[in-house]
Amino acid sequence: MSALRGLLRKEWFHIKRDRRTATVLVMLPVVQVLLFGYAIRTDVDNVRLAVVDPAPSNTTLALRNRFAAAGVFRIVASVPRTEDLEPLFQNGTAQQAIVFDHDFTEDLGRGTPAQLLIITDATEPNTGALLQAYAQAVIQQYQLALPASPARPASIIVPVTRIRFNPTRESKNLFVPGLMAFVLTIISALMTAISLTREKETGTMEALLVSPLRPWEIIVGKVTPYLAIGFASVLLVLVEARLVFNVPVRGSIPLLLFEGLLYVLVSLAFGMLISSRTSSQRIAMMGVFLTTLLPNILLSGFIFPLESMPAILRWISYVIPGRWFVAIARGIMLKGIGLEYLWRETLYIAGLATVLLAASIRSFHERLE
Amino acid sequence: MRQIFFLAQAEVLHIVRDRILLAQTLIVPMVQLLVLSNAATFEIRNTPIQIIDFDRSAASRGVVNHLAANGYFDIVDTTPSLARANERLLDGSITMAVVIPHDFEVSLVKTGVAPVELSVNGEKGSSAGIVQSYATSVLINYAKSLSAGRVLSDPASRPAQIEIRTRSRYNATQNYKFYMVPGILVALMTIIGSLLSAQNIAREKELGTLEQLNVTPITRGQFIIAKLLPFWVLGLIELALGLLIGKLVFGIPMVGSIPLLFGVAAVYLAVAVGIGLWVSAMVETQQQAMFVTFFIVNIYLLMSGLFTPIDSMAPWVQSVTLVNPVRHFVTISRAILMKGAGPAEIAQPFLILLGTAVFVLIVAVNQYRKRAA
Repeated sequence: MSALRGLLRKEWFHIKRDRRTATVLVMLPVVQVLLFGYAIRTDVDNVRLAVVDPAPSNTTLALRNRFAAAGVFRIVASVPRTEDLEPLFQNGTAQQAIVFDHDFTEDLGRGTPAQLLIITDATEPNTGALLQAYAQAVIQQYQLALPASPARPASIIVPVTRIRFNPTRESKNLFVPGLMAFVLTIISALMTAISLTREKETGTMEALLVSPLRPWEIIVGKVTPYLAIGFASVLLVLVEARLVFNVPVRGSIPLLLFEGLLYVLVSLAFGMLISSRTSSQRIAMMGVFLTTLLPNILLSGFIFPLESMPAILRWISYVIPGRWFVAIARGIMLKGIGLEYLWRETLYIAGLATVLLAASIRSFHERLE
Repeated sequence: MRQIFFLAQAEVLHIVRDRILLAQTLIVPMVQLLVLSNAATFEIRNTPIQIIDFDRSAASRGVVNHLAANGYFDIVDTTPSLARANERLLDGSITMAVVIPHDFEVSLVKTGVAPVELSVNGEKGSSAGIVQSYATSVLINYAKSLSAGRVLSDPASRPAQIEIRTRSRYNATQNYKFYMVPGILVALMTIIGSLLSAQNIAREKELGTLEQLNVTPITRGQFIIAKLLPFWVLGLIELALGLLIGKLVFGIPMVGSIPLLFGVAAVYLAVAVGIGLWVSAMVETQQQAMFVTFFIVNIYLLMSGLFTPIDSMAPWVQSVTLVNPVRHFVTISRAILMKGAGPAEIAQPFLILLGTAVFVLIVAVNQYRKRAA
């Protein structure tokens, strides 16, 4: 044990002497969450809407006003013919257009279905689908408000919607917890990814090998100081989420901190495993970058909902710790739930950490022989 | 020329001989392209919902049937318990709870108006919005069909109705893969191009072999060209492979000119490897190179409009994205592949890329000199 204490002290000195690097490591997640908290959003507002209205009337004007008043749309152009839309879409002046049929007003009065066309720039299909849904909602609301004559009552079902957990639907409330997961995991994995390969490359590994340290002691000695750095980042990022982005923390803060610590540990263990299995820093780095960066953006549920993915991808997402921490962070922060709901996610992360640490100790062991 | 060739050859050998590195640079990215392109969607399919039907009438069953029939929703639970619904919303096993109150049918028949409550799990973000609007549509259409059934005799007495048709420009089927494949391909090219070149010179510094190169008669320009050329070519190979996969596996449309795309890619890759070179000239160790590249690549990817729309970003971030080369290259490649844009349409973003390339390379070369001197 005293050997382990010695190693811990040595690693600690490494970090303490290189204050600049330590500061960078702690601050990197904070700065990134700050930057991307403003960038990663999917709120749709200020939709640039063009209107094609060949025969303006009170009716079409009323519907146009509905769009203007919805708060999401901004009418940028009003043109008489559909062909005039072409240049507007090409250069991006308009994202969406509503096209009234020439006989729209008469048809509506007569009870013949009045024709209305919604054209959406779907270059980006996800936003396209959202825009389309919003525009349809506006028209349907308008339709609901149309007077039905007393002789023939229409049936109307009024949907009363409540958005739970994030009533204002601000995407920062969703993405800031997700960003924490994303940034913390990659930085933690990178920190340990090259710790062993570097010793191998610079030749100091042999010194470690001839020391009385056991493999697990070496791994623990390497991981512990970074765990402290990671925990400092977790604390700062949480403060930032609360103060800068006003993300609510409805659940238990100690629990959130504990989960954060566990999550950093998994990521450090993953970096450690890569480091123990590769021979050069270059390969270790590429390995970490390729296995963490895109999968953590795309498969963690941080931006794109897991429910929408094909079943195979959902299976793959089980091995991505980010997936579990995103659920935990959003659960504690937005839903205010505790371990009674999150025990499965927590157990999973803890289990993954154990497996990864055991695997890195083991493969380190193999190297010894 | 010969010196450049020998040095570049050495670099190529370094990569080719290292089996793992070769697999990492060629195979892993292509696997990622294949797999991850399927992930990035807000499409709504089989969204789990719970229906709490307190009415149990013909009208309420109609609502349930309509919700079940359209393919967007998967009714996983019909327990008439609000507590259960709340539980399920909390543990995330449903995305929406639909509550049909007592007297739904009575109210619908007597007054013509009846409420239905939709509780949507806001944790699901954009898809919550889409789920909500789909559910609303289903309800309104169902109400419409009820009205139609009641007044089928007299055509003049039909209620006012609007028939909505929708059309999507540029990506008619709203296939998000057409959109994501070029984006992810660019992301992978950038990660590999910038990271490998950043790490490369930092490694020579760390190992001390950079000093040996500095005392050889090779000039600075030759050295840099020789160092960057292999990664630049590698990037173009990635692009070719990726496009092939895009075409064969995902069937993405290639409306525009492929040579034009490669021409732009050549300039873009000069930026990517140039940034890598710049980083490696600034740092001392591979570790530092890694963290700086990580920082830059993250900004590149997350502030490029690749995953979330630029229109939704905070105003100041939107201005920042103007200097992001990834943004411009993604815009260009999507314009060429999907809209069939020609040189005239892409001129503006292309000139920005070209300007960035010249700027980055000049700065990087200057930075390198300072270090070597």
